[in-house]
Amino acid sequence: MPKDDLKTAYRLVGTRPNRPDGLDKVTGRARYGADISAPGMLHAAVVRSPHAHARIVRIDASKALALDGVKAVITRADFPTGLTGDDWNLQENTLAGDVALYDGHAVAAVAATSKLLAQDAARLVEVEYEVLPHVIDVDAAMQPDAPIIRAGTADHSVPEGMHPNVVKYIEFGHGDMDAGFAAADLVRAQSYKTEATHQGYIEPHACLGQMGEDGKGEMWVCTQGQWYIRRMCSAVLGTEASQLRVTPSEIGGGFGGKTTIFMEPLALALSRKAGGRPVKLVMSRAEVLRATGPTASASMDVKMGMKADGTITAASVNFRMQGGAFIGSSPVGEALSCALACYTVPAVFHQGYEVLANRPKAAAYRAPGSPMAAFAVESLLDEMCVELGLDALVVRLKNAAREGAKASYGPTYNRIGLVESLEAAMAHANLKVPLGPNQGRGSAAGFWFNHGGETSVSLAIGEDGTVTVSVGTPDVGGSRASLGMMTAETLGIAYESVRVNIVETGALGVNEPTHGSRATFASGLAAVEAAKQAIAQMCARAAAEWGIDAEAVEWLDGAAVPAGPNAGKFPPMSIAEIGAKMGSTGGPISGHHEVTAGGVGASFGAHVVDVEVDPETGRTTVLRYLVVQDAGRAIHPAYVEGQYQGGAVQGIGWALNEEYVYGADGRLQNTVFLDYRIPVASDLPMIDTVIVEVPNPGHPYGVRGVGETGITPPLPALANAIAAATGARLRSLPMSPPKVLAAIKAKAHG
Amino acid sequence: MRFHTPKTFEQAATIAAGASGLTRFLAGGTDVLVQLRAAIVTPDDLIDLKHIPGVKDISRTAEGGWRIGIAVSGAELGRHTGVCADWPGVVEGMQLVGSTQVQGRATLVGNLCNGSPAADSVPGMMAAGAMVSVIGPQGSRAVAVEDIPAGPSRTTLLPGEVITAIVLPPRGAHGGDAYLRFIPRTEMDIAVVGVAVNLRRDGARITEARIALGAVGPKVMLAPAAAQAIMGTTLDEAALAALSAAAIAASTPISDKRGTATFRKDIVGVLVQRAARIAYARAEGASA
Repeated sequence: MPKDDLKTAYRLVGTRPNRPDGLDKVTGRARYGADISAPGMLHAAVVRSPHAHARIVRIDASKALALDGVKAVITRADFPTGLTGDDWNLQENTLAGDVALYDGHAVAAVAATSKLLAQDAARLVEVEYEVLPHVIDVDAAMQPDAPIIRAGTADHSVPEGMHPNVVKYIEFGHGDMDAGFAAADLVRAQSYKTEATHQGYIEPHACLGQMGEDGKGEMWVCTQGQWYIRRMCSAVLGTEASQLRVTPSEIGGGFGGKTTIFMEPLALALSRKAGGRPVKLVMSRAEVLRATGPTASASMDVKMGMKADGTITAASVNFRMQGGAFIGSSPVGEALSCALACYTVPAVFHQGYEVLANRPKAAAYRAPGSPMAAFAVESLLDEMCVELGLDALVVRLKNAAREGAKASYGPTYNRIGLVESLEAAMAHANLKVPLGPNQGRGSAAGFWFNHGGETSVSLAIGEDGTVTVSVGTPDVGGSRASLGMMTAETLGIAYESVRVNIVETGALGVNEPTHGSRATFASGLAAVEAAKQAIAQMCARAAAEWGIDAEAVEWLDGAAVPAGPNAGKFPPMSIAEIGAKMGSTGGPISGHHEVTAGGVGASFGAHVVDVEVDPETGRTTVLRYLVVQDAGRAIHPAYVEGQYQGGAVQGIGWALNEEYVYGADGRLQNTVFLDYRIPVASDLPMIDTVIVEVPNPGHPYGVRGVGETGITPPLPALANAIAAATGARLRSLPMSPPKVLAAIKAKAHG
Repeated sequence: MRFHTPKTFEQAATIAAGASGLTRFLAGGTDVLVQLRAAIVTPDDLIDLKHIPGVKDISRTAEGGWRIGIAVSGAELGRHTGVCADWPGVVEGMQLVGSTQVQGRATLVGNLCNGSPAADSVPGMMAAGAMVSVIGPQGSRAVAVEDIPAGPSRTTLLPGEVITAIVLPPRGAHGGDAYLRFIPRTEMDIAVVGVAVNLRRDGARITEARIALGAVGPKVMLAPAAAQAIMGTTLDEAALAALSAAAIAASTPISDKRGTATFRKDIVGVLVQRAARIAYARAEGASA
């Protein structure tokens, strides 16, 4: 179906109304995590390890507790013991046990009557450390002489003889590798590295927690998932999940980094120890960068075979990733699955290792694992296209995954839109702009699975016919607008007549967080089903009033109407009329749907970037940038474009300047945004976007998730563009000016 | 912490001289307050100089230069047509400090007294031959800007001494100055290298030159050999090559989170040429 037909088929879907949270946000009324206060509230501060790896010999809080106004100090001794698996990992990361595992690892926390007092008291907590050897780099952590971070962590998958820091091994593939490589005209192998990067959300972690000795608690918190906060805090504290009520605040960015806990149990434990007084805990930026989850750093080998016409005959990848000192924190599995997902290749083989290092516990970051994998695979593909004299976009199109093809990671693809995205990119005007000296153009494709997940949504008809939707997925990117639009579209009422609330854990069944690009997909799907239930009830009320069968009533443009001439002749009964008298016609009308949503549609995209590189300084300027991506259907195109642009910008930062800079002592050197260099607005051109719409058959409006794929292609696209501009190939991120200049010089001398 | 709001510089100097602990003067506060909040520097005495009459004034000196108050912000400096016409290199250095919001507060003297080797406004002042007026327990004195920095976060000011104004010399005929810095981004960053060039021309020939380098040593410094490399030349290719070599030779950078020593040496050689070309062009355009 042509795109234009799709867009005109709906009254609201595909339009661009104002977001319901917009006015509150631009006027400062929106309440973020740190805006929540309560009577009698205490303030918390956290004592953090200054060492990358150190045995905690002794903690003496007596001087802190002697300060007037200090109400509680907690250490690991205040937490229950005996936790296992990921619960233990969460507890260990919340407060170090015997050993501090990274610079910034929390070892104690203080609650006092003011923030300044709490900070003063935290400095008075004496911690005696025995400094241990540390390791930061993923390759170094695998070497035989690397310090052992935690012996016995490795699971059964790890081959014998590997260093104890290697804790997980994954391999999978299909096809005849030898035959695949033998069929190629060109076989190339290269190694690539990416640095850890932080999500860089503008709002630091913040919460207000209250818990009594009876284990009943309340928490207000900036999070992507209030049920995750509830489950994880309860596990760490040994309390019952249902006794903790968690209310999410407005959220100033998450990008995956707020799908887990870091310091939230501290507020609850301090409150419990301070007689149940509420405790506010707000991280500084330095705490965010030192002690919350960046993504993993990666070291990757790729080998690819290609025929002279660009047909990829075989590909293998071998990835090593560290996600901190905890097993299961790196996205190496996702990285492997994403690596070759864009292409149909007869023979593929994947190997991956998770490795421990003395770094903060990694968290999800926008398409976890996929950007690193794309950097390696899409860079090598580009290198081989250069060598063979082929257009890389043409080669991508030639090998592109299509509906019915077996994906590199196993399943068979449903309807997907990579071909359409590549074709739209190739047709875009940006590709016709002539390039000048020191300028280069690079492209890359990208992929993310997307996710459905546990979802519970309620919908209630108001007495005036307006509608309240209660959802459990915090709104990080405009989902209240998209959910309101889908609900209003289904009910045939005005967008402004629907209010979408993000509700607390007591109000719905368990919801997974807003992760996996799932909020508009899964909460949208459930909201549509809930609306249909309400419609059925309203039709029944009208039928009862008219004295006809419920089946003889249908819903049209926000009103119950007789289904046809045989049903009888009655004027339409509007949602407002039904709502006004629902108390006397059978009671409140609502709809409710819960599901572990399947039917997810993967989202593919293609990016094309033009850069200019200063040959004397190695500084890269992004001249123009194009994002093309399949949205399935864009419910609110402006917010889809915003996701595309945001993903591209975070990818540009990752590609060019963002990195964790560690000193020889294992301490993080760049703990503020001054030196952790995310792009600023003036670094960027307007990011051009094209929304491709290949509807997802698994969603009532065709939605695919759109939030994550956009961060995947920028890393290789920038590397490919810099190579085109300079002739120098960068295989290690970030491509910061010193590295680019060194590469240019090496090429000139080599 | 004690907070003071003296009404005269003499009072400020007296308070500072009598203080026994850590003392900080507050003008724009864009360094002091950040360091206070980050618990890097928690002063025992904080002396706010903004209430002293005249600290926000810019005035002509009898000699034809400019006297700039210690609380004049970057934004105010940037809107002063007289200073902008005479010393564009000084102004462009100051205007690179921080964000638009920071520009509303940040000051030349604060940038100087913070003692950063990477201070963006200091090379321009040094190259211009700017002086500062100082008052202290031993009375008043005038000090060249290049004599103020002592090393990272340190100045040569004595206990109890406070700067009361910046004095830029008369521009004079056929002069031009420029400041360039290198950062990986386009703003909101700290100079990896900073270079200021101030020169005067007689026709095509350079008759006076002062060059100051930032972020390539423990403090912002003059590079007399670099200035000498272009003296008497028309800034031809040979002069530019000698200029670059001299600036690189004068640099003693470290490797840190903001850049490697090798990279800083490469960049100082590039920027000094680019800044010299701009200053040279500005000197040609300057009227008598």
